[in-house]
Amino acid sequence: MKRIDQIGCPRCGREDARGICYDCERWEQSNVYAGVLEKNVAVYAYNEFAKEIVAKWKYRGDFILIRAFAEAVQTTYHQHYRDVGADVAVIPLSEQRLLERGFNQSDAIIQMLGFDSHDFFTRRESEKQSKRGRRERMEAGNPFELVRGVTGPVVLVDDIYTTGMTVRHLAMLLKEAGCPAVYSFTLFR
Amino acid sequence: MDEELQSYITAGYVESVTSIEKRRSMFTCTRCGNDKRHLFATMPHAACGKLCVYCRNCIMMGRVIECEPLFRGSPQYPWPVVENPCAWGGELTVDQQQAADEIVSAIDHGQNELLIWAVCGAGKTEMLFPGLTAALKAGKRICLATPRTDVVRELTPRLKQAFPDVTIQALYGDSEEKTADAQLLLATTHQLYRFAYAFDVMIIDEIDAFPYHNDRSLQFASKRAAKLQASFIYLTATPRLKEKKRIKQKQLPAVFIAKRFHGHPLPVPKLKLSPWLRKELANRRLPKSILQTVQSQQLGSRQLLLFTSTIEYAQLVTDILQPFYPDITSVHAEDPEREEKVRAFRNQEHTILVTTTILERGVTFPSVDVYVLDAGHVVFDEAALVQIAGRAGRSQHDPTGDVLFFHIGKTNAMLHAQEAILRMNKRGKCQ
Repeated sequence: MKRIDQIGCPRCGREDARGICYDCERWEQSNVYAGVLEKNVAVYAYNEFAKEIVAKWKYRGDFILIRAFAEAVQTTYHQHYRDVGADVAVIPLSEQRLLERGFNQSDAIIQMLGFDSHDFFTRRESEKQSKRGRRERMEAGNPFELVRGVTGPVVLVDDIYTTGMTVRHLAMLLKEAGCPAVYSFTLFR
Repeated sequence: MDEELQSYITAGYVESVTSIEKRRSMFTCTRCGNDKRHLFATMPHAACGKLCVYCRNCIMMGRVIECEPLFRGSPQYPWPVVENPCAWGGELTVDQQQAADEIVSAIDHGQNELLIWAVCGAGKTEMLFPGLTAALKAGKRICLATPRTDVVRELTPRLKQAFPDVTIQALYGDSEEKTADAQLLLATTHQLYRFAYAFDVMIIDEIDAFPYHNDRSLQFASKRAAKLQASFIYLTATPRLKEKKRIKQKQLPAVFIAKRFHGHPLPVPKLKLSPWLRKELANRRLPKSILQTVQSQQLGSRQLLLFTSTIEYAQLVTDILQPFYPDITSVHAEDPEREEKVRAFRNQEHTILVTTTILERGVTFPSVDVYVLDAGHVVFDEAALVQIAGRAGRSQHDPTGDVLFFHIGKTNAMLHAQEAILRMNKRGKCQ
C-alpha cells in the first residue's frame, strides 16, 4: 500500500500531478459543478495492489481488512480536517446493494474514524457507478437526494475518488441547501 | 429468498443448512470445514442489523455469513443412464488394462478408495475410460478433480472427444461454464467447495500436488462433495509418504504401474554442476556451459522446456536467450496469456518455453528435452523433479529426451528423484 505523503493536486489529492490537475481543471470549467467541492483528501494511491485489496474487502466482503487501514486513515483525517469542524456524511448505497454487500463502505470508514455519521442523503436508483465511463457518469443525472437541513461544513467520506462524480453530485445538493463548504475524504485516489 | 429456490426446497431437491456452526466458542464453516478461530471475523451486518460471524477461509468463493443459510442439492437426483458412452477407439496396454479393471471393479462394487500409482506417461487418462464408461452406464455422476487449472484445460477436450454424448463441463476460476450441472465434471479442487453429496465417483488426479496435499480444507471439500457411498479413485505418479504408508499397511488398495504406455523407460535425469549459475544470473548472463548446451540442443529437432525456480528468473532467462532465439517465450501462473502460450508451444510455434513449476505435471508435449535451471532450489522437491523429468519422452514416436538438472551443488531432492526414476525403470523391466 502506497501512502500519499506528497499531495500533487491540491484539489483532488492525487500524488502524480504538479498543481491543479487536468481533471480538476475540467471540473472547474463546468458551469454546474465549478466550486462545489473545496478539496478531496486521500490516504493511499489507488495502484494495482490497492485494487486487489479493495476487491477483497468490498466485493468479496472480507470486512475485517479495513482494520489494516485504521491508523493511516485516522492520522490523515486529523491532519487535514481536525480544524474544519465539519459534520461527516455517509454516502448511501442502494437498498439492494447494501443487502448484497452486507455493509456500507463509507459507513465502515466513518465508524473507523470514530465519528457518528449523519444520513444526509438517500439514493434514487441503483446502477453501479463503477460500470460506467466518465461521460456516462456525467450525463446520468444526480442519483441522490438531500433529506436533511445543513448549516455547517460537511466532509463526505468514501472509499475511492475516481472521477470525482459521486462527491460532486452530493456536494452540489449540499451547496444548494446553503452549506458553507463541502470537503471529501477517501481511502484511495 | 427467491421463489424458484423456495419451490426446490418444497419439492425436496434442495435443502437449507446452517452455514456457520457455533459450539461454545468454536466455529465451523459448513462450506469449507474451516474451524480455525483466526480465519473467522465479525462484521456489522446490514442485512440483519447484528454483528455476524463470517468465514475468511473460503471468501474467494463468496462470503459465508452466519445469518444466511447454505443451500445444497439433493443426492437423490436421477442422472441419465448412458448406454454406450465411450467413443474412444484406442487400445490399452496390459498394464493400463489391469489398472482399468481395478477401477471398474471399485466403481461397480462401490469400493471406497483406490490409488493408481503410475509413472509419468503411463497413460492415466486412458486407464480411466473403462471406469467412466461403467459409471455412466450405471447412471452415476462423476467428478474428476485436479489441483491444476492447466490439467483441467488439457483433459477437457480429450474427454469430450471420448464421451461425445455425455454432458461434460470444465470448472475452474476463469472458466465460462458456471452452472455445474453436467453429469461428468472436470474441476480444480477448489471448485469442490461448491458441492455437497453430489458425486458417485470422485477421481482425484495428482493427489500429491500443491495445494491439495497439504490443504485440509480442500480435502474436506473433496470428501463432502462425494456421496456417502461414493468411490474415490486417486491418481499419482509420485505419492507422498502418507499414501505410501497407507499402502504398506494395507489400508489403501493400490495398483502400481512402472511402465510408460509405450514401454520405453523413463528418461533418467543427468546432474550438471554449474557453480556460477546464480552469480551469472545476477549479472544477467548464463554460464557458458549452459548456453552451449542450449545451443547444441537447438540444432536438433526437439523443442526445449526450460524450468526455472522463480518468475523473475523465467523472465530473465528469456531475456538473455531472446537475441539468440527470437521465438522463445516464457510462462508463469499469473501470466494472462498462459493458456495461449502453452497451446502455441504444443503447436510447435516456439522452440523454447521457459516456465516455472506450473508446467511440472499433467501436460504433454510430444517431443521435448527438459532442462532445470538451479535444480537445487527449494521449489524443486523430489516429486517436482520426478514430474518434470516425466515431461520428456512421452510420445510413442519419440520416447526419449534429455533431462538435465543444472545445479550449484547436489541436493537430496535431486538424488532421490534420480533414484526413484531408476527404481521405477527397474521395476518396469520386471513387470
